[in-house]
Amino acid sequence: MKTRRYAIVIDTLRCIGCADCVVACKTENEVPEGYCRDWITEATTGTFPELHTEYRSERCNHCSNPPCVHACPTGASFVADGSNVTLVDPELCTGCKSCIAACPYDARFVLPEGYVSKCTFCMHRVEVGLDPACVSACPTRCMAFGDCNDPDSEVSRLLRTRTWKVIAPEAGTEPNVYYLT
Amino acid sequence: MEEFVITQKANPHIDPGLAIWGWEVPVYLFLGGLAAGLLLLGAVSVLRAETDRPAAQRLLGLVTPILGIGMGALFLDLEHKLHVWRFYTAFQVTAPMSWGSWILLFAVPVNLLLALGTAGNAFGPGFRAFADRLPALAPLEAWAIARRRPLAWLSVAIAVAVGIYTGILLSAYGARPFWNSAILGPLFLTSGVSAAAAALQLAARTHGERLPFERLDVGLLVIELLLMGLLVVTLVSGPLQAQRAADLVLGGPMTVYFWVFVVGLGVLLPLSLETFQLRGYRLPVFVAPAFVLMGSLVFRFFIVEAGQVTTWIAY
Ligand code: SF4
Ligand code: SF4
Repeated sequence: MKTRRYAIVIDTLRCIGCADCVVACKTENEVPEGYCRDWITEATTGTFPELHTEYRSERCNHCSNPPCVHACPTGASFVADGSNVTLVDPELCTGCKSCIAACPYDARFVLPEGYVSKCTFCMHRVEVGLDPACVSACPTRCMAFGDCNDPDSEVSRLLRTRTWKVIAPEAGTEPNVYYLT
Repeated sequence: MEEFVITQKANPHIDPGLAIWGWEVPVYLFLGGLAAGLLLLGAVSVLRAETDRPAAQRLLGLVTPILGIGMGALFLDLEHKLHVWRFYTAFQVTAPMSWGSWILLFAVPVNLLLALGTAGNAFGPGFRAFADRLPALAPLEAWAIARRRPLAWLSVAIAVAVGIYTGILLSAYGARPFWNSAILGPLFLTSGVSAAAAALQLAARTHGERLPFERLDVGLLVIELLLMGLLVVTLVSGPLQAQRAADLVLGGPMTVYFWVFVVGLGVLLPLSLETFQLRGYRLPVFVAPAFVLMGSLVFRFFIVEAGQVTTWIAY
């Protein structure tokens, strides 16, 4: 089976920080109140009056070199077959929080039930040909989801034609959520 | 200047700063280190064929209970306690926690057999009277006595592995700059053996029995001090995130915690006290070991906390 490298590419020039993606995720994935799998970061740089603000919709980066998976003692955190998507199997999870300590992006948390949860790139939707809920819900259409290993995908095109960055690449995890700048 | 506002993200124990591990993990790391130290020094005493009820062999019987309490603390930390057995349905070669669970599983029977094989020597007639009432124990004891030396060598290996593992467990987390230094392995091992040497000073019945552990502890505390210094130096000379982590103890919010409580009261003070004692000053014998044991525990609390507050991302 061909390996897919799924990514979300987010245009920071279009994102207005409305948090519809956050609401969509909570609704789609029944994330309990007080928890979130994605969130908005508003980064302001400069000194008044010369300011620049960037909105970023952030989540698990489904890293190609995922320390969370490497640190899990039970195999509960794993990389899905044939892609880079990192998932958690609640049946195997002990709630030891090793994976949480290992994630440089603080993308994981423990649910009240005692197991770890985080963004799944909505694999249950992707498998039936839909985009992740956050990507579908965005009113400014600033997000694209797809396979970077497919040169014809929208994400590949965007990454070829626009300037982009990832967050904390120096952490060495090869993140797969891209921000167009 | 850069300012961040994060909306919608307030996951418990993750935001605004990581707080996933409370008292349970440092207590476990301390007890694990202490048990490793006691196992190591006990095994060395067996290999040196020490007789006359040596303290190091007497305390071999405490290793498994101490490990048990430590693992109990770790169990309390698990968010999904019913799944604790899942540690033993997998071996994940990249996860130090997996290595640790399996090594600890081997440490218990090896320690129990070594303790049984040396109990006659360690406790004398008292143990004989006890063992005589349990005839079922006799063949096992005979087996363990006959294999005392191989068991002791195995114990040395396991003790070093457990001692180093308690440090590697944290240093393997590249995501937390304060932990991400290979020095933590030897540092935790040294600190664990030093705590064990302190416990043995408390257990010693005579001045003569205490003296070697006092000497040993002085050496270990000096090494510990050097390793702590090296830890700070590697952070200061590392990349930006490591430098930021070092700032935590170089003027940052954990400066007093580290220099006064960990280095000062936990290492320098007992080191000075033990040095004075070796030069003939008479001090209450429990004072220096008590500071060593406290220092060793406080050091674990400090490290577990320091790693959680340092991060790669700037918000
Ligand atoms: S962002 Fe964190 S949780 Fe997601 S794959 Fe990377 S290391 Fe793992
Ligand atoms: S909390 Fe669960 S998923 Fe995370 S490392 Fe522990 S067992 Fe693995």
